[in-house]
Amino acid sequence: MADTSPDQVFIRRFDAFDRILHGLLMLGFLGLAATGLPLLFSEEPWARGLARIFGGFEVAGWLHRVSALLLMAVFGTHLWRVGRRIVVDRQYGLLWGPHSMVPQPRDVGDFVRHLRWFVGFGPRPRFDRFTYWEKFDYWAVFWGMGIIGASGLLLWFPEAFSRVLPGWVFNIALLVHGEEALLAVGFIFTMHFFNGHLRPEKFPMDTVIFTGRVTAAELRAERPDEYDRLMRTGGLESRRVGPAARWVHRLGRLVGAAAIGVGLTLVVLILYAFLT
Amino acid sequence: MAECVRRIGFGAWAAAACVMLAAALGLTVAAKAARPSTTAPATSTAGTQPDSDLCLACHGDPGAVSGAGRSIAVDGTKLTGSIHGLLGMTCVDCHADLADVEAFPHAVRLAPVACGTCHDGAVAAYDLSIHAGARRENAESVAATCVDCHTAHEIRPKDDPDSATYPLNLPTTCARCHGNPDIIEAGGIAAGNVAALYQDSIHGRAVAQSGLLVAATCTSCHGSHEIRAKSDAASRVSHANVPAVCGSCHEGILRVYQTGAHGSGLASGNGQAAVCSDCHTAHDIQRADEGDWQLDVIGECGTCHTDRIRTYRDTLHGQVTSLGFVRVATCAACHGSHAVYPRSDPRSMVSDERLLETCRQCHENATEGFTRYAPHADKYDRERYPALYWARFGMTWLLVGVFGFFGLHALLWLPRGFIERRRLKRGEAGGEDDREPPPGPEA
Repeated sequence: MADTSPDQVFIRRFDAFDRILHGLLMLGFLGLAATGLPLLFSEEPWARGLARIFGGFEVAGWLHRVSALLLMAVFGTHLWRVGRRIVVDRQYGLLWGPHSMVPQPRDVGDFVRHLRWFVGFGPRPRFDRFTYWEKFDYWAVFWGMGIIGASGLLLWFPEAFSRVLPGWVFNIALLVHGEEALLAVGFIFTMHFFNGHLRPEKFPMDTVIFTGRVTAAELRAERPDEYDRLMRTGGLESRRVGPAARWVHRLGRLVGAAAIGVGLTLVVLILYAFLT
Repeated sequence: MAECVRRIGFGAWAAAACVMLAAALGLTVAAKAARPSTTAPATSTAGTQPDSDLCLACHGDPGAVSGAGRSIAVDGTKLTGSIHGLLGMTCVDCHADLADVEAFPHAVRLAPVACGTCHDGAVAAYDLSIHAGARRENAESVAATCVDCHTAHEIRPKDDPDSATYPLNLPTTCARCHGNPDIIEAGGIAAGNVAALYQDSIHGRAVAQSGLLVAATCTSCHGSHEIRAKSDAASRVSHANVPAVCGSCHEGILRVYQTGAHGSGLASGNGQAAVCSDCHTAHDIQRADEGDWQLDVIGECGTCHTDRIRTYRDTLHGQVTSLGFVRVATCAACHGSHAVYPRSDPRSMVSDERLLETCRQCHENATEGFTRYAPHADKYDRERYPALYWARFGMTWLLVGVFGFFGLHALLWLPRGFIERRRLKRGEAGGEDDREPPPGPEA
């Protein structure tokens, strides 16, 4: 019989499909950020250096577009998969309930309780599968992909789009593309990193997005409501998996460290630009 | 006269003209030579004056020094080879106060040589110059006198390749002061080391590297004797006079410039209108077809058109050029360079008539709609660009809101996170989770 101590029992949180999708998302996002930020901060000395590292603006522009295509593919795949799960597999739980990314009344309560816990006026909220900040991360990226992707396409093919769209739309697209990108980059590289990885409980990183699994002990501590629900419904057994292969774990740490390193470097450069 | 004799066949009037010319010349020389009191004409070596050989008996020794140890050597060969030597002038023709001295060695201090005795026109012009002015203000000034540029004993005409004022040598001559940090500081020369800038300019390289006689040297723009400060309205290089000076060589450009907004603005009295040096700089003028310069000149446009440069930097064109790449549109790519016209002028590259054609220089498939994009839209101008203004407004507050909210959220979480981390570690160590037990599992 397998070891049943909560430290040795692993529960699947993300399947391989979503983990790979998230990996590609990281790749595309980092590529877009690194090749796009030099333009947004073109008057900074570091921007010139960064643009040259990528081999000039033509190559950087090309890499930006390739990364964009990758991200669009990721976004499309995700939409297709979610749509399929809802429409074909009739998993209506994705629309409402603990498995849904849709904000719900309990998120407001969780948020308030969380704040109270921060300042010592109550216990830690009993989070479920997706916390309110995770939902915010998700929708921020979702919204950002739509806005930045659409405006980026306009700017990519201005001659074609100008046949149907008035000129001022391109002014807006250019502004929004940059500002929204700054929001996305700033948010992911500070808030998402903090909430997901850098806060003391997780420091230096949480590898769940790479390995896809958490220990039962971790799940019980962090998301007691999910743990209890799985316990009740037998999900704890059906989702039980072995420990992640060593190479997966190592790769996850490596990729995660690299992404956090690149992201924080870019954040430092942005802050430098704003403060000087 | 030989010239006259050879041409006598051209007619009596020609001969008469020549005779009269020669007479006039003779009179002028005589008059000039006669002016310094009782001294004999320059061409005469007769009489009781000491001749140059006598002087060179002492001064010809390359090691000759004064009592104070200063070199007083004069190179006899160079002296004879100089224009004054060739004209048969002797030392005392310039050092007039030695003419009557009979006891040698003579007094240590001699009167300054008065070049104006003969060269009255040049000296009168010099007296109007910034050099002379500096000397009038301060007798100890380092400002140049005749000999600083022309040398003392080796003066040659400016068309002699060995002359200090020969076009190929002139920049070096001026650089002796204007490229010397000590003199620049001592003289308080505001323009700084212009010699270094010039040397690196297209004009300087044309002279120094290509040996071009036609390339502009210092005097081409500043004049020679009457060099005035550029703040002096009468200066050849005063703001209003710059186009004419540059146009004395670049005439075709001048003509085009005069039709444009800058040129016609200047002509109608707008002292702010850009002249050549505002965009090209005065001394560090570079080839206009070089990328680095094309990028730099954007900043020059921006020194006056400050709102335009700001909005330009908001666009991809402005950002890419700012990163140091020149493949995208610069100011001149859309507006032209020497003849920039207002948008309302049909000749303007950005006029309604020509805008599409201008965009199509790069964007081959541009349409009318494409040209309706506002390349200088100001996101802070609510009147003219309301949609952009509100988009910017909304985005700014979205960013402030999101970062403010989650920043505060993280700040509150951080201390609790440390407490939680310690607690989790303790829990692990004790093998027991000490948090409030979930009510679920057993139920």
